[in-house]
Amino acid sequence: MIEPLIYDLSSPGREGVKLPEVDVPQTAFPEGLTREDLPLPELSEIDVMRHFVRLSQFNHGVDTGFYPLGSCTMKYNPKVNEDTARLPGFAFSHPLQDTETAQGNLALMYALQEWLGEIGGFAGVSLQPAAGAHGELAGILIIRAYHRDRGDDRRTKILVPDSAHGTNPATTTMSGMEVIEIASDERGNVDLKALRGHCDDCVAGLMLTNPNTLGLFEEHVAEVIELIHGCGGLVYGDGANMNALLGVVRPGDLGFDVLHYNLHKTFSTPHGGGGPGSGPVSVLKHLVDFLPDPIVDVIEEGNDEVPPLYGLVRPSKSIGRVKSFHGHFGVAVRAYTYMRIQGKSGLRAVADHAVLNANYLRTRLRDTYHVPYDRICMHEFVAEGWWEDAPQVHALDIAKRLMDFGIHPPTNYFPLVVREALMIEPTETESIEMLDAFTDAMIKIAEEARSDPEILKTAPHNTPFGRLDEVKAARELVLCCRPVDSDPR
Amino acid sequence: MAYIPHTDEDRRTMLATIGLKRMDDLYDAIPQDVRFPDLNLPDPISEMEIMGELRALSEANLEVQHVSCFLGAGAYNHFIPSVVDHTIRRNEFYTAYTPYQPEISQGTLQAIYEYQSLVCNLTGMEVSNASHYDGATALAEAVILALSQHRGKRGKVVLSPAIHPQFRQVVRTYTQGMGLTLVGDESLDNGVEELAGMLDKDTALVAVQYPDFFGRIEDFSKLGEAAQEAGALLCVVVNPLALGLLKPPSDFGADVVVGEGQPLGIPLAYGGPYLGIFTTRKKYVRKMAGRLVGETVDSRGQRGYVLTLTPREQHIRREKATSNICTNQGLMALATTVYLSVMGKHGLRKVAELCYHKAHYAAEQIAALEDYSLWHDGPFFHEFVVNCPRPVTEINDRLLDYDILGGYDLGKDYPALENRMLVAVTEVNSKEEIDDLISALEEITHD
Amino acid sequence: MEFPANLMYTDNDEWIRVEGDIGTTGITDYAQDQLSDIVYLEIATAVGERLEKGKTLAEVESVKAAAYVYMPVAGIITEVNEELADTPEMVNSSPFDEAWMVKFEIIDPAELEDLLDATAYEKHCQEREH
Repeated sequence: MIEPLIYDLSSPGREGVKLPEVDVPQTAFPEGLTREDLPLPELSEIDVMRHFVRLSQFNHGVDTGFYPLGSCTMKYNPKVNEDTARLPGFAFSHPLQDTETAQGNLALMYALQEWLGEIGGFAGVSLQPAAGAHGELAGILIIRAYHRDRGDDRRTKILVPDSAHGTNPATTTMSGMEVIEIASDERGNVDLKALRGHCDDCVAGLMLTNPNTLGLFEEHVAEVIELIHGCGGLVYGDGANMNALLGVVRPGDLGFDVLHYNLHKTFSTPHGGGGPGSGPVSVLKHLVDFLPDPIVDVIEEGNDEVPPLYGLVRPSKSIGRVKSFHGHFGVAVRAYTYMRIQGKSGLRAVADHAVLNANYLRTRLRDTYHVPYDRICMHEFVAEGWWEDAPQVHALDIAKRLMDFGIHPPTNYFPLVVREALMIEPTETESIEMLDAFTDAMIKIAEEARSDPEILKTAPHNTPFGRLDEVKAARELVLCCRPVDSDPR
Repeated sequence: MAYIPHTDEDRRTMLATIGLKRMDDLYDAIPQDVRFPDLNLPDPISEMEIMGELRALSEANLEVQHVSCFLGAGAYNHFIPSVVDHTIRRNEFYTAYTPYQPEISQGTLQAIYEYQSLVCNLTGMEVSNASHYDGATALAEAVILALSQHRGKRGKVVLSPAIHPQFRQVVRTYTQGMGLTLVGDESLDNGVEELAGMLDKDTALVAVQYPDFFGRIEDFSKLGEAAQEAGALLCVVVNPLALGLLKPPSDFGADVVVGEGQPLGIPLAYGGPYLGIFTTRKKYVRKMAGRLVGETVDSRGQRGYVLTLTPREQHIRREKATSNICTNQGLMALATTVYLSVMGKHGLRKVAELCYHKAHYAAEQIAALEDYSLWHDGPFFHEFVVNCPRPVTEINDRLLDYDILGGYDLGKDYPALENRMLVAVTEVNSKEEIDDLISALEEITHD
Repeated sequence: MEFPANLMYTDNDEWIRVEGDIGTTGITDYAQDQLSDIVYLEIATAVGERLEKGKTLAEVESVKAAAYVYMPVAGIITEVNEELADTPEMVNSSPFDEAWMVKFEIIDPAELEDLLDATAYEKHCQEREH
């Protein structure tokens, strides 16, 4: 049963929230500038609450069931994070109030900068980028600025592996640079020969995800980085897969010059149905001056009696501001809470169990689903969702049938280098019972693919909605209800 | 080990299944010389203890529940109805991700569709995306849309100096690699006429703010006409709450309307997460960045919603994508959807009117003080600029003694505006608070 | 899957029909099959424009992919298929006939020699299947 649209629940004259009457003398509205009609719905509070509660019940979230969406790290979102983020001192502070009146916030941000730097092996961190892709943009702009600052404006190329997340080439184009795609070799690593062929003095840098999108640690990472540095380029790390590396290895120690983190992946902040995330960017010492404006720094050292005085500082050669105000502070509080509770030993345990869970699933599924790069993986792995003896069945059908088992499908059709890809990332917060239940479901689906493919082709069956017609949506483009006739031209 | 369910038994079983002896064997591929660094991080702390620690940190801040807030400048202290937080606290909403699998994401998808519809109706535009990071980045994407619309053949962008300084900075950061000419905001004297005079065949876009950074409102119809004649796009940056009262920018012939959605049900939270509103005309929909939800039907004939026009996006079009945006501000868009639903037609109009009347009352009272005057005498919404007898930082320092958070020091961004304070008044400022501000200002100058 | 013998092909899945010094171009049956349901098409050029080999003449979008259509050889555009924008599905149903995209005057016939014939193109398609 569907839920009506908010406009369809509207009834003329109905009011939700009541506001107090105006308590000051009134002023005439400016002539010719006030609107005649405000086409918003009219509902009572109970109607609004019921509407959104019912809508929420159509969703599968991490709190509903298993969510092995590869590359997204759908780990459990601790509830205490929600409480700390809502502490009034955090939630009701204004971004532009004098920094002396926001020392609690700045202390938290400074600590988070330090911890992220320590985890990655980097000297400087900015919390300003709003999401991973935003951190990427900042990172590539930093690389560009670095070269130009040294008087070198010939470096206009960024090398991007063909297995990379789509944000990587998209970011490169946005920064005004050219994408050069590098092939993967038969073991799923960056092809060294291909890379060597492209290293010249027009290369600004390489964007590398490690572990890569196949869930594999780059076997030649040291050589790859040396090659790029050797021709004068810098290496950008896509830190989306940090969940596998916490306390295990630091990208900065491997030679990465810049890295972004996804707080909403590795550091447990919620995904929110599409954000908000947070994509802090971290850099080695030679790039610290180029970080986005502003970062948090110590203005006056403290001592035993007095804490340090923190302030907002513009790095001397900053690429500029990448968003308004300081960054997603509300998300930073959640990440801080998580890192404080985990501590040093906890973060290492996160990586250990994320990698353990992924390898356990890989081992249990490899006889039923072909895993093209079948060696110890990191926190995720990619399997193929097709069989020669079940030619009608595609990864899409497997995904849809999984929903009937109360499980959110893995990522489909990414990375592009694997046919009918199913990218599976369990995360460390899932128990062996859940992993076994997932394996059982996947094995049953593989059986159905041979014995009853129709049940897969027409799945899902047990969900409130069946398969949705995406072609119709794209052809008819109905993007708004109650559209207003708005073009005076 | 927080949030990790494994017992020793589980680990043994799993390692045996995989065929390894120890946990460390999982990491053979990692170069030995850099493996397992000893991180300089604090030891773990329990959930029971964390609250005390964070409460202490949070109390080292001033916050607007305990002082009267007259500070705006792009982030505003508004009343947020309690249903908003109760909705975004629903686990099914906040622990879900991007609705790639529509069959089990209709809650998120329909809510986004409703958001798109509400915001279009507010701005007068025809399509909206599912959100951008904030108002500033939405403006930057509007510039990119205009450049793409002109197929890279136009390289000039005209920006009003009265657009929020941080928004203009972000536009410059985003476009630093694009070889563009950005003009207009070099002088505060560049009003609508001067900006119109800068439009030519090389201009991709002209942008203005409504109400502007100084709170002023004006009719941009003439600029809309000039833009159309020059073949340039008109982008209006709005405060969406003001649109509860004011004419929508569609009336001026705007092509793109962007803005900061924070005033619509999103807490101040020291600057984020906020909400980038991005709306435009249907003819530009394929050049628009961000996610888009469209209506369709499912296999059972039920009306449903899906992400659509996904080939515009990074996960398909990669280096030819219109933008790299992936995760956006989904939960904040939901907050705004709930806010607009429960405030509704009457509530939003009422809030806007309250802000307007209270701000005008405050402005009048301040103007009546001997040592203060108003910088501008035209129409304004809920912010106005006060000429102060002393540096704004000094006045604000003293105001804190009265538990008042004073307005924004414009001298920080506009050298010509030293000693000028941008004062914001919203529906939460009672008459008593406003009167207290007036008497405090008066007392301060007589120190 | 059709591979008409009277046409020439590029390895980016465009076909060209040559009639005297006029070329007609569109995308192949293989291409439309890979893209699946086409929902949008935009011809990115106009009558009179000169486009070099490899330059974009159109953009095609399906639900799951976006593709660019490139000039197989250099030409001056003489006709554009106006109907396609309204009925992009024709690319799926009639890729070689009704869904022709542009006609143009071929500038350098020597460039035709670099193209593939039907047999070579069919082989190219088979090699791309895993």
